Amino acid sequence: MFKYIIRRIIQTIPVLIGVSILVFSMMHLVPGDPAQIMAGESAPKEQVENIRERLGLNDPLPVQYLSYIGDALQGDLGNSMRSGRDVTSEIGARFWVTVELAVYSTIVAVFIGLIAGVISATRKYSFADTSLMLIALFGLSMPNFWLGLMLIQWFAIGIDLPSWVPFISDTSWFKPSGWGSFQQVVLPVITLGTGSAAIIARMTRSSMLDVIGQDYIRTARAKGVKERIVVYQHALKNALIPVVTVVGLQFGGLLGGAVLTESVFAVNGMGKLIIDSIKARDFPVVQGTILVVALLFVIVNLIVDITYRYLNKRIDLD
Amino acid sequence: MQKQKELLKVTDLKQYFPIKGGILGRTVNHVKAVDGVSFTIYEGETLSIVGESGCGKSTTGRAILRLDEPTSGEVEFDGNNLLDYSKKEMNKVRKDMQIIFQDPYASINPRHTVRQILTEAMEIQNSVPKQERNDRVLELMQTVGLGPHQADRLPHEFSGGQRQRIGIARALSVDPQLIIADEAVSALDVSIQAQVINLLKKLQRDFKLTYLFISHDLGVVRHISDRIIVMYLGKIVEIADKKSLFNNQMHPYTKALLSAIPSTNTEVKRERIILKGDVPSPIDPPAGCRFHTRCPFATDLCRTEVPELRNGDGMTDGHMAACHYMEEIKNGEHQPTVV
Amino acid sequence: MTSAPNTYENILEIKDLQTSFFTKDLEVKAVDGVSFTIPKGKILGVVGESGSGKSITSLSILRLIEDPGKIVGGEIRFKGENLLDKTEAQMRKIRGNEISMIFQEPMTSLNPTFTVGQQISESYKIHQGLNKKQAKERSIEMLKLVGIPSPEKRVDQYPHELSGGMRQRVMIAMALACDPDLLIADEPTTALDVTIQAQILDLMKDLQERLGMGILLITHDLGVVAETCDYVAVMYAGKVVEFTDAKTLFKSPKHPYTVGLMKSIPPHDHDIEGDLSVIRGSVPSPAEMPKGCRFAPRCPFATDLCRENLPDLITDEEGNQIRCWIYSDEWNGDPEVDVHAETERTT
Repeated sequence: MFKYIIRRIIQTIPVLIGVSILVFSMMHLVPGDPAQIMAGESAPKEQVENIRERLGLNDPLPVQYLSYIGDALQGDLGNSMRSGRDVTSEIGARFWVTVELAVYSTIVAVFIGLIAGVISATRKYSFADTSLMLIALFGLSMPNFWLGLMLIQWFAIGIDLPSWVPFISDTSWFKPSGWGSFQQVVLPVITLGTGSAAIIARMTRSSMLDVIGQDYIRTARAKGVKERIVVYQHALKNALIPVVTVVGLQFGGLLGGAVLTESVFAVNGMGKLIIDSIKARDFPVVQGTILVVALLFVIVNLIVDITYRYLNKRIDLD
Repeated sequence: MQKQKELLKVTDLKQYFPIKGGILGRTVNHVKAVDGVSFTIYEGETLSIVGESGCGKSTTGRAILRLDEPTSGEVEFDGNNLLDYSKKEMNKVRKDMQIIFQDPYASINPRHTVRQILTEAMEIQNSVPKQERNDRVLELMQTVGLGPHQADRLPHEFSGGQRQRIGIARALSVDPQLIIADEAVSALDVSIQAQVINLLKKLQRDFKLTYLFISHDLGVVRHISDRIIVMYLGKIVEIADKKSLFNNQMHPYTKALLSAIPSTNTEVKRERIILKGDVPSPIDPPAGCRFHTRCPFATDLCRTEVPELRNGDGMTDGHMAACHYMEEIKNGEHQPTVV
Repeated sequence: MTSAPNTYENILEIKDLQTSFFTKDLEVKAVDGVSFTIPKGKILGVVGESGSGKSITSLSILRLIEDPGKIVGGEIRFKGENLLDKTEAQMRKIRGNEISMIFQEPMTSLNPTFTVGQQISESYKIHQGLNKKQAKERSIEMLKLVGIPSPEKRVDQYPHELSGGMRQRVMIAMALACDPDLLIADEPTTALDVTIQAQILDLMKDLQERLGMGILLITHDLGVVAETCDYVAVMYAGKVVEFTDAKTLFKSPKHPYTVGLMKSIPPHDHDIEGDLSVIRGSVPSPAEMPKGCRFAPRCPFATDLCRENLPDLITDEEGNQIRCWIYSDEWNGDPEVDVHAETERTT
């Protein structure tokens, strides 16, 4: 197991190099001269030349890349062109906001997805199964920015409905924007987690159905094990194996989804930072943020693989 | 035994499958599935390979047809070494050598009708002129005991026994000389199995076919074979004509294997040799004789020296076994070393 | 359990068991009126080809038939009590405790995510209320009993670390953990090599003698039956066609199906001249079950009587049972018919 972890960590190195090259080339792939863009359309020639010199843009590309990576490894991702502050501190606090959003959403998605999936699988073709899977289909097909807007409308601002409609009319239980308090966190987490919950529910259902048909489940029943324990211990532990992979992939997807969700709810996280920086053509910040998100994604994948390995004893052959 | 024409000659065939591992996924070891196997198949005979799972019998069959690329050795067919052939040449030779698998359903396209399945093989080999193919299909179906009205049915509409008949018909469609039957009747119920065995024997008489029959069922093997090879852990332990093998088996493994088969003959109480333990892993097979870990007669010699396949005293021509002590065990001079 | 004295002679009595599978427009009678008994401490073999209903019968005993299957009739008397009258909770106390079961595929019958020890321990925890430590100790003892070397080490291993033979030993250890009165073994050696099969059958016989439980052995291999069983029930298309003691069956099989089955197996201990004798045709599909005797379309002796009417299970003086018109008073075919006569040897 230890050997495996080491091997997996070593295997992430090429991925990180690849990502950094991509991020680095972004600066050079955008049309126009980055120095000119930074300096502004009407800046004098000397100023552009100055920036070019300061950023080392006159050096050959490999040299530029190496110095970029060298700085990045020391935590120096350059300076924001908008605020002038260094990118690392610009990302700083927002990093945790996005991580919180993604982690909470994952937890909610896993929780709801697993329960719904298991209920569906153990009551195949029942009313509960059909309705849950229908809801999951809705959850899957709903764009999350739209869901976010709807949630804001219904649960934060309140809508004008006849007074006999319970609950919904004229409520403002939750806050439509910001991050920190419980009232602020709920709606973005639901928005972001719904799609994943739906995917996890469907995955859990099919995986459980597969496992429940296996011989060892029959063995457990023949031993006199209670049905509840058959389902939640014997079956679920095996059914989780493919689900873990999906959860990992979903987490990556959530980081992407955070960009939209943060914009809808005006959450000041990395997603919003990327969008704002793109609008302002603040390349160093965009680069830095993407690099951090990629790193996060790689780490999550690593954790998923190790968990998978832990659950699936059969592949642990060394 | 009179001199017959050699159809296929296998010399020192080895099939090692690499095991990947380590941090960089290098090949760290090999599964030595077949480790230096030599034998000859004569024209018109049925040669069987028996042995338990993991002994390398199926791998040998696949290696001969180069379905897996063998590691080393020679496979001479009609005087040419198949392992030197290019892919294209090999495909041509496959016309003469067909294989039937245990599960015919897994090896035929479930969306093709019987007619398509049978025509396809003829098309690939271009062995039958286009206008005659349809007649040939019906003829083949009749040969294997299927009705012409079934030609346009899909495989799932047939029972297991009938599907195996389709598999046999497909093999026959290109007029092969050699058919490798890899556990071809193992998955069938006994009453159906008997029908298919009789069919295979009839086809052999009618078309002068040569069979390499791979099976774990010694009853079936006894009924169908002329000569038999017993394999254990990638090596041949004994090879003999049917009579010698069943009446005068020399290798302790062959003896144990035969005695382990449950018999419906309750009148005769037979002495049963129950082998201890499991077959060792083919990754690091035991040194010396590979059977020594389970052999009741094993000595230090067996643990260190690999026994040669040889024809010993009191054995018929062509009967060979690989045991250091086979004569001594036979005449009672060498007694079991473990009780 | 009730404290009634052991008045029963038979550990298991099945009477007219019927188990069906229901599809939208069809009732498939997988088990159609099966009856047999297992005397205390004896081994009964149930033989049949695929589709004979032998496995469904065994699952019915433990009431482990799943949707869309259902036991639709009959009685399963275990120690004198009808299991079909028990509640699900009562059944759970019987499963793995008084009746346990081992299955054909040792590769897939053990849970890959639990250690061998955890899986055996579970029985002790459920049925005897042992704690984790005690259960593990008992598991090690069981592993030793079934002949697994270094059980202290094996107990913490996962199933994939064991060979097929070892896994089947673990299954047996698990089944025998609570000292059951009846062991149901569904093709326990079919997936194993012959030398390993010999080990496992030897072990089962040995444990049966030591522990005295009854065994229901389900198999398609007549050789296995001949070497292990005291009694045999031959099944064909959901019905028992012959039920007798093993010696009699192998010496003088009576039902044409049993005879045909025995003749179609190529023996390994003597040669057969020419072709094997065969049973023509194949097992009828449940959707087109023959109206009369299920075997009539394949039987070389069948008359119109057989094709039109289903024969009853006839019991002779010695208690052997047979379901065939030939042995009844109504038989209207050749009165001198010899079921052992040469039949066809077609392909």
